[in-house]
Amino acid sequence: MRISRRQFTKLSAAASVGLAAPAIWTKGRAQNRPVRVGCSASLTGPLSGTKNMVIGYELWRDDVNAAGGLLGREVELIVYDDQSAPSNVPAIYSKLVDVDQVDFLFTPYGANLTATIMPFAKQRDRFIVGILTLASNDQLKHDKFFQAAPWGPDGATNWARGFFDIANSTGVKKMAILAADTEFSKTAAEGGRRVSEEFGMDVVDFQMYPPTNRDFSAIIRNIRATEPEAVFVCSYPADSTAIVHGIQEIGLGDSARLFGGGMVGPQYASLMESLGPSLNGIVNFHLYVPEPTMKFEGIESFLDRYRPIAEDRQVDPLGFYIPPFCYAAGQFISTAVNATGSLDQTEVSNWLHENPVDTVVGQINFDEIGNWTERRVLMIQFQNVDGSGIDQFRQAGKEVIIDPPDYKSGELVPLMDARKT
Amino acid sequence: MIVLDLALNAVATGIVLGSIYALLALGLAITFGILHIPNVAHPAIVIAGAYAVVVLNRFGLDPILAGLLWSIPFYFIGLAFYEFYARSFESRGGGNTLQSLTLFFGISLVIEIALVVAYGTDLRSVRVGYVGESLRLGTVAIPYRFLVPALITPVVVFLLWLYLSKTNTGLAIRAVAHDERAVSVAGVNPTAIKRHAFGIATALAVIAGAALVITGPVDPFAGRIHIGRVFAIVVLAGMGTIPGTLAAAIIIGVAESLVMSFASPSWAPGVAFAILLATLALRPTGLFGGVR
Amino acid sequence: MTLPRFALVAALLVVAGLFLPMVIPNPYYFYAGYVVLQYVVIATGWNILGGYAGYTNFGASAFFGAGAYAAAFLFKAFGLPLIFQILGAAAVGMFLGVATGYLTLRIQGVYFAIATVALVIVLETLVHNTEYLGGASGMTHIAPPPPAWFGGQTQFVFWVMLVIAACAVVLARWLELSWIGRGLRAIRASEPAAESCGVPTLRLKLLACALSGGVMAAAGAPYPTYTSYLDPVSAFSLLIGLNALAMPLIGGTRNWKGPVIGALLLASVQQIATVTISSEFNILAVGVVLIAFVVLAPEGLLGLKSAWARPKLRLSGAKP
Repeated sequence: MRISRRQFTKLSAAASVGLAAPAIWTKGRAQNRPVRVGCSASLTGPLSGTKNMVIGYELWRDDVNAAGGLLGREVELIVYDDQSAPSNVPAIYSKLVDVDQVDFLFTPYGANLTATIMPFAKQRDRFIVGILTLASNDQLKHDKFFQAAPWGPDGATNWARGFFDIANSTGVKKMAILAADTEFSKTAAEGGRRVSEEFGMDVVDFQMYPPTNRDFSAIIRNIRATEPEAVFVCSYPADSTAIVHGIQEIGLGDSARLFGGGMVGPQYASLMESLGPSLNGIVNFHLYVPEPTMKFEGIESFLDRYRPIAEDRQVDPLGFYIPPFCYAAGQFISTAVNATGSLDQTEVSNWLHENPVDTVVGQINFDEIGNWTERRVLMIQFQNVDGSGIDQFRQAGKEVIIDPPDYKSGELVPLMDARKT
Repeated sequence: MIVLDLALNAVATGIVLGSIYALLALGLAITFGILHIPNVAHPAIVIAGAYAVVVLNRFGLDPILAGLLWSIPFYFIGLAFYEFYARSFESRGGGNTLQSLTLFFGISLVIEIALVVAYGTDLRSVRVGYVGESLRLGTVAIPYRFLVPALITPVVVFLLWLYLSKTNTGLAIRAVAHDERAVSVAGVNPTAIKRHAFGIATALAVIAGAALVITGPVDPFAGRIHIGRVFAIVVLAGMGTIPGTLAAAIIIGVAESLVMSFASPSWAPGVAFAILLATLALRPTGLFGGVR
Repeated sequence: MTLPRFALVAALLVVAGLFLPMVIPNPYYFYAGYVVLQYVVIATGWNILGGYAGYTNFGASAFFGAGAYAAAFLFKAFGLPLIFQILGAAAVGMFLGVATGYLTLRIQGVYFAIATVALVIVLETLVHNTEYLGGASGMTHIAPPPPAWFGGQTQFVFWVMLVIAACAVVLARWLELSWIGRGLRAIRASEPAAESCGVPTLRLKLLACALSGGVMAAAGAPYPTYTSYLDPVSAFSLLIGLNALAMPLIGGTRNWKGPVIGALLLASVQQIATVTISSEFNILAVGVVLIAFVVLAPEGLLGLKSAWARPKLRLSGAKP
């Protein structure tokens, strides 16, 4: 007992020194300290495919610092690894806020990890930018939350509405819905069901599958038996691959004209490379594609600089999906701070609520709970994908924007026609 | 009629799926089933094997051929693994369950991170000609990317069974698990036999990796979802029976496939383990515990 | 130290914990400390069955997750306060422990470990398919404001976890020194021998299953309040199961101190590594530490200490 108590004391002393070190360091150089921006990212674990987001933050930081920093102060970025586990997130954000004393926060990737810190952000009244989180602020209505992704208002039910607009305009009456049993997919699938009913479509099949599933033969046969005209799919990278293979192997039947919608995966180079021409005809969401209607200030230079870093770190070499929006999240902060001349959380938030902000992903207006006022989720169709080279996706014409109408860059081709070539 | 079609397809898919599960579990049937070493790193080694196969596939080599080629270096890696394990434990009279589990868990974390560092975290896949096509027999359609790897299974199972029950070394592997002293009296070095068996199990892992990566892409953490299932199969089979492992894997595959077709896919992951719990409660020696 | 005095020390620690928020103004230490204490409880609970009786439970997350979901359910359905959530969770954990014990009575060693893995996945599948518990999407859990004394939710749940940890350690120490502990050690040494000496092995094992399960489930009960969100993947995470067996292993499984030391050490290191190394090398470090401990200190830190004290005995005792 005596020994162990001594051990306890030593242990706890060691632990507290380790934990307190950064705080001491922070206080030592409080004058003219850099502006700190912090977040966690999923550098390891099942979500680590998203770690290329860090490159977006880093390029933003470098650009701001190259231009003289924020209000003359250097920007410092602090990123911790949350290991894709929600249980790690609360302690990390408390570390960021209470010890590192960051000025601005980004959320972790996605709604699940973010759910653990939204009450914290609201209670501490912190400015925070949502990184592809869906409906994270619908309940709490925190007035200092801003969404980086273009889900638009009512994102939870409506973010994939473009798919149903296309279905409706091509006269689809029978819709089948297939979704992974996870937060993001499930929300989208439920939203899809509501929109279908709104348009008077018949939802002939509604299936959820566990995210670990890799064999979709049985599921696709079930769908085919219902003879749908359109199939709305919400899936994650590994299952997206299996589903795309599956429709080719099992067949969807002759009735299906429209397929896809909410698949995560075919935005990443590694999957696009391995699926190649079997992507043709699939209509799926995207956030950015290099089509002529998407020429925003700075995006091309961003992607050019992203590429060598990504290749060096062995992450997605295209970088269309998440990194530009992380860069834009940084731009929310730098634009508002420069405009107000202040680092005050309230002033910065108020400015963003009242003014449009120009970013590498276009001009954005925010509504009262921080969503984009306009939904700008793209529905693209893969067309004329040839072979498995990745460079073809850097040109226009392979991922043609069908919806929203303002950004439309080509015409929809029925599924089977597009797959014939 | 549609119901019958669905059922037929579900059973066919289940058998194919089960055969692939069996391939994943065979190495474990040796290490865990026969040698009683709870190698939780086995699925991680399978994924390492899959990455090795992807590397050779870049040069246009068929994944199965690549798996066979890699099985030789992996055999030696397995020997090294066992040597490490034996030096850590056997000299002290064998590790207990807790220590072995922790050790192999540590190893599997190290393997995962090694893969992340070497290849990044994006999904990796192989290129083969037959992906996207199916074998059609009447109303039954089986994708080739499942069928081809599933066809390796009976060959491997048969060869392994032959080896373990007809050759002297094979019999020695079985014997060493039962009675180490009897084997050493017979003039065989028990550590060398076990090391050899561990090598074979690791070589089997790379073949399983080849099969797995044909069915779909992998990432460094992909092994985790298989840990529970492969152990369930080995225990369900009744520890170390090779034909039993195949049968147990097919039972689980078919059960999952039927649940997926007729109940709801979201219940499928629980099926294997509900079967396992029931088996353990009713027949702790496993379904085929008597059959060798 | 006698048991009443030990309990008194634990109680004093708990009372002292009440004043911590005044001494330490920075909430971060309560966030990190909560996780460390949570693992003290899990490791202590795990060790009742895993250490004393030698039954390796690989499925600690089944109990942790069941406790977390039981608490969230009791709050959602009846609005019960945290204390009743914890008691309810402990009851669920005890029931689950007894049920698992019954199902797996006849199997030992690795089989038992595998059966507990099966339990994790069965429970996770069950939650996935229960709409009321949020299914795969998880459920948001906004707890009522904490007592004003603590100044914040995290300081409050930290203290609650301190109380649970104190109770768990006192319970573990009491078990260890009582006839129950002696019986469990006999089972660990040789089950048939214990049986033939008249030790009621069946009842003792069931009791150990129940207490172990109850403690681990209690560790999960404040988790929804801590994260304000609960999802099946993290509640039933493999890593909880891994930590639950790694921590007693690192400390030593023979007595109550082992899991406490192991949990304080490993959980602190993990917390520090998360905000310092913070990359894939974090996980690599955990893996290497586990391997190193198993190889170099198979009986844990405490075992290392006694081996140091009696080097000759260790050398001569190498054969089984």
